[in-house]
Amino acid sequence: MSSVRTIFKREFAGYFATPLAAVYLVIFLALTGIFTFNMGALYESGQASLRPFFGYLPQLFLFLVPAIAMRIWAEERRLGTVELLMTLPVSVGEMVIGKFLAAWAFAGVALLLTTPLWLTVSYLGDPDHGVILTGYFGSLLMAGAFLAVGSCLSALTKNQVIAFVLCLIAFFALLLSGYPGFSELVPGWLPKVVVDALAYLSFLTHYEALQKGVIDLRDVFFFASVIVAALFINTLVLDWKKAD
Amino acid sequence: MEEPPLDPYIDAHGLRKEFGSILAVDGVDLVVRPGEVLGFLGPNGAGKSTTMKMVTGFLEPTAGTIRILGADMLADPRQAKRHIGYLPEGAPAWPDMTVAEFLAFIAEVRGFDRPAAARRTEELVELVHLGGVFHQTIETLSKGFKRRVGLAQAIYHDPPVLVLDEPTDGLDPNQKHEVRELIRRMGEKKAIVLSTHILEEVEAVCTRAVIINRGRTVFDGSPDELDAQAPTEVERNRLDWVFRHITTSDTAVAGDAA
Repeated sequence: MSSVRTIFKREFAGYFATPLAAVYLVIFLALTGIFTFNMGALYESGQASLRPFFGYLPQLFLFLVPAIAMRIWAEERRLGTVELLMTLPVSVGEMVIGKFLAAWAFAGVALLLTTPLWLTVSYLGDPDHGVILTGYFGSLLMAGAFLAVGSCLSALTKNQVIAFVLCLIAFFALLLSGYPGFSELVPGWLPKVVVDALAYLSFLTHYEALQKGVIDLRDVFFFASVIVAALFINTLVLDWKKAD
Repeated sequence: MEEPPLDPYIDAHGLRKEFGSILAVDGVDLVVRPGEVLGFLGPNGAGKSTTMKMVTGFLEPTAGTIRILGADMLADPRQAKRHIGYLPEGAPAWPDMTVAEFLAFIAEVRGFDRPAAARRTEELVELVHLGGVFHQTIETLSKGFKRRVGLAQAIYHDPPVLVLDEPTDGLDPNQKHEVRELIRRMGEKKAIVLSTHILEEVEAVCTRAVIINRGRTVFDGSPDELDAQAPTEVERNRLDWVFRHITTSDTAVAGDAA
């Protein structure tokens, strides 16, 4: 397990080795600001809550998480460093976990930098801190699940742009079935069970459940299982594609 | 001069690798003992790199066995990989890292504690002359320096087995000379496999030459034996002559060399 730490450290430092991380964080914060204050109308709503922020976060993740996930493996494969990594005495599983945790920690940093929003609403009024806390918890879990799926997709290609597009499509599908209007989009002959199952599989359904101030273990379990399953498939994809 | 042969450090038999319907390596044996520097030759696409990738545990062979100092690469890859230093083709490294950060990462993965890593890094910086670029990022380095960083990475833990894919590619003649000297010195105690396209390199550093063509071994012997294959009337570039002779008229020569 010490190898996981070593991989994590290298990878996490790698995010900050170029100005890209700073640019990314600025864009993320600027967009959360626009979504929360302009589109989410935080002031006009007259309520001291981060509901507008958390409400738009999935859409923001749809575009910004692929930007983190796309490089996880595609870049290693393009540089050939995947060969260096995989001939060191470190297992594929340790590499996958270490790299995933670094990406997740980076997403965590991005979320952490939005906490001034929390301070703002606390200053303006008396928000329900429990709801905000579970909101952040749910956001972090959803980011983790997206990143695990994204890491897996990124291992499929050497091209970061392709990885980005694959992530975008997959994330869109993972969100779509959770929107309230989804049941009207699907053909009417689909049995209700199938429609419900699709809605259940949506990240949005579980994310929204965590926005209500109560942590339901079933939602936590859902995201945790997505992460574990995606990372497991990630190791298989790497073994399968590494020779290309 | 005859000593009982030492146990091989690299003991690979019947290596075979298929990529879909393409057969890249077709039953290659690679047995290398300490004190041997094996020059691994062959035309592009002959299966040299693929064989090296299997021996170092990057690719699983479709068939065959690989033991590195007794450790089975397929059953116990972590143990087997500990014994190997590997310079992959093109000496890949992360461009955003400085040489110092890169070697610190390698030290940590190889289980060095801080004081030991500091000592070893200092030694290596001296040995492969990285002092001037130690705090530069790898993307800013010339091809020759990149190659030397890759070499430093490969020999960091002083492994008994070294696998070097074109270690002198991109180096100028002085650097080539230095790297060859280094390989020759290390070859006294280690088992080294190096691939190259430069046949003079085989005469300069190798104790043994193996030529593969179309995934099969077509020659295995000393550089002198390789030289002896050329008719006496060939005066210059004799090894080049043998290489071309062996690897272009496939079936006939594969028969005689075996």
